[in-house]
Amino acid sequence: MAESKPPTHAEDSVAMASTASAAATTGITEEIVAANPLRDPRDKRLPRVAGPCVLVLFGVTGDLARKKLLPAIYDLANRGLLPPGFSLVGFARREWRDQDFAQLTHDAIKQHARTPYREEVWKQLSEGIFFCPGEFTDDGAFDALAMMLKEIDETRGTGGNYGFYLSVPPKFFPVVVQQLKRTDLAHGPEASWRRVVIEKPFGHDLKSAQELNAITSAVFPESSVFRIDHYLGKETVQNIMALRFANNLFEPIWNRGYVDHVQITMAEDIGIGGRAGYYDGIGAARDVIQNHLLQLLALVAMEDPTSFGADSLRREKEKVLKAVQLPGDLARSTARGRYAAGWQGGQPVVGYTEEEGIPDNSITETYAAIKVEIANRRWAGVPFYLRTGKRLGRRVTEVAVVFQKAPHLPFSKDDTEILGHNALVIRVQPDEGITVRFGSKVPGTAMEVRDVSMDFAYGESFMESSPEAYERLLLDVLIGDPPLFPHQREVELSWKILDPIEEFWASQGPPEDYPAGTWGPASADEMMARDGRVWRRL
Amino acid sequence: MTSFMLSDTTASKISSQLTHLRHQMGSPAVGMVLTLVVVCDESGQYDAVRAATEAAREHPSRILVVIGRDPDEPNRLDAELRIGESTPGEVILLRLYGELTRHADSVVSPLLLTDTPVVAWWPRESPDVPAKDAIGQLALRRIIDARPASDPVKAVAGRARSYVPGDTDLAWTRLTPWRSLLAAAFDQPVGKVKKGVVEAASGNASAPLLAAWLAERLGAPVKVADSEGPGLTGVTLTTAEGTIKITRSDARLATLSRPGQPDRRVALTRRTTAELLAEEMRRLDPDEVYEAAVRRIGRANRSS
Repeated sequence: MAESKPPTHAEDSVAMASTASAAATTGITEEIVAANPLRDPRDKRLPRVAGPCVLVLFGVTGDLARKKLLPAIYDLANRGLLPPGFSLVGFARREWRDQDFAQLTHDAIKQHARTPYREEVWKQLSEGIFFCPGEFTDDGAFDALAMMLKEIDETRGTGGNYGFYLSVPPKFFPVVVQQLKRTDLAHGPEASWRRVVIEKPFGHDLKSAQELNAITSAVFPESSVFRIDHYLGKETVQNIMALRFANNLFEPIWNRGYVDHVQITMAEDIGIGGRAGYYDGIGAARDVIQNHLLQLLALVAMEDPTSFGADSLRREKEKVLKAVQLPGDLARSTARGRYAAGWQGGQPVVGYTEEEGIPDNSITETYAAIKVEIANRRWAGVPFYLRTGKRLGRRVTEVAVVFQKAPHLPFSKDDTEILGHNALVIRVQPDEGITVRFGSKVPGTAMEVRDVSMDFAYGESFMESSPEAYERLLLDVLIGDPPLFPHQREVELSWKILDPIEEFWASQGPPEDYPAGTWGPASADEMMARDGRVWRRL
Repeated sequence: MTSFMLSDTTASKISSQLTHLRHQMGSPAVGMVLTLVVVCDESGQYDAVRAATEAAREHPSRILVVIGRDPDEPNRLDAELRIGESTPGEVILLRLYGELTRHADSVVSPLLLTDTPVVAWWPRESPDVPAKDAIGQLALRRIIDARPASDPVKAVAGRARSYVPGDTDLAWTRLTPWRSLLAAAFDQPVGKVKKGVVEAASGNASAPLLAAWLAERLGAPVKVADSEGPGLTGVTLTTAEGTIKITRSDARLATLSRPGQPDRRVALTRRTTAELLAEEMRRLDPDEVYEAAVRRIGRANRSS
């Protein structure tokens, strides 16, 4: 080197931090470098690009496909992250031809894509769009699919790599998976891969989750099954790990010595919409707590993984889920509710039992709050409160770590009368970021201390609009990078936590009504009051 | 948007005016992640500020635009403050007169955000050794652009002598989509590359960098050949099994062909300056891959 400036301290740490993250995020291993001379772990400009492959989408006409999956595929292509030759095959019970599916995709992209529409990107994508009509029970249709994929391999160079995205209700899983087995689509030749992507719900209790898993695992090995929990694809959720493990500021106080309790909330302002058929009998706890909230709990409470590889990360999450314990008296430590007619955000809305398709004698809850404890050295005695609900005041998802009060206040009682607990809040949506709440002196001659908030807006600080969760997760599926997908063991552990509560609730009759647009039933507030705590006002 | 003019002022007056404006708007917290210093002249100012503010949407920044005016005038500093211009962050245009034009760092230095990275960008003319420039010395990353130089190819070649870790060139940034596509093509096994050609419009600054990168990584000679353009138009790599070729004639859609496989079309659009700048600010550590390419060009020039 001819001349080089001695690195400043900042330069040094920036370099170090990004080398570590590059290794974690770009996933460039020595094998890849050996196989591809143009890849280099130091070359951080080059994005992770999936290898040549075909994505087969079952259930293309559903809401999820139109609003999320197809736009996410376009956004990936627009960011140059899809390989040349990438092909998309739609499978559905429609008398369609390729161009009809292409039209549906085009419309979905125009309406819902995050990144601007560009003709050349669409051209690249549309060349690889195919449609295979048929019923799931129709052997002929799947034979045609197998033929079609073989042909795509030849004309588009996709090398026998297929991902199967089952965007269909779970009752169709067995037949689809069996068809994939029968046509030998589930197992590719050497050096190619076959992956299957499934969406929640992963069952409705432990038993059904195991049955569901038996169906997929009979055909696909666990390493080829990707369970999508779209929360885990969100930037802020991944940032929980950065916040906890890349900083030295928070970890020392991240334990029972300093934390009073943790509140994890996912509130929705919408009702059940057109999902009556799915929702009734499932309810808020199965729909949200079992997957999203328990995954958030695992990420917040777990010990530091030895690496961010799938194995280490899942191991830590499993450990903490195993340590979750329910309080003895479920009547006093859980609450459930059901929205009644009321006003939500300035509009009159109907109650749950008046929604179309909901039977009068339904006992399904639309609000659920539970208290759990984690029996390990770090968290013993620190309650974790999880709540979720529909038709609440507004849409917000957050994790609030609430700290204990200062052990001694050298101020008079009057001065600190309205001083609350310090809190660190991870805002997951809609306004992604982190808030720290602490006491500060009110300007003036008196020593009056009051809570103030300090905000870090993640969305604005780094990205104009951060990638949609589905973009990240689809790319991970195509690359074969599993850390952000829950393992079957995590799914089963979560059901083990929830099943006793569901059983107890089933014997308790209809849930308590709460007016739409409020923050849930009175029993939820009473549950907190018994512990001398309150829910955060959101 | 709030715009504020300060005539015949100083850095400390600008600084207190900024604090005052922020408090007035009710958002005293500073959420900016870096300081971007743009060194340009009055004619290039508009485009540079536009690109920088757009990039600031991804990286909220304090943007300091240093505009050198008539050095024969009496010494004077004029400042224009823009806050809340549809982008997070602040834009400060600094117009320097007289002897002050040679001491821009004395104005810039007190206005840098505390304890956050500093990036310097010369959209047009750049100093011979950016790291030795007074502004360049304040910066962790120094972005130049060989393209507007009178002889872009020579400008790229000259970088080998002046390179210091932290230097980077937008002519290199423009190549990322090309390099990404080439790397993706090599994800499937390809035989040993024997030789290659990069085709581009005459005088294209990026072409020699791409050729040098390929040669460096593949261990094979890669030449640059002239074409009609626009910009880069093709890369041809000859292997034992046949030819891998990427061609792009309209600066939008490229065709990838490789032995034994059908041709495939891939979107390969030229990007705006704002996008290039945003990519530069994403990683602030030295770009060793760029360094290797530049040094290779330097070696080739010395030996010829």
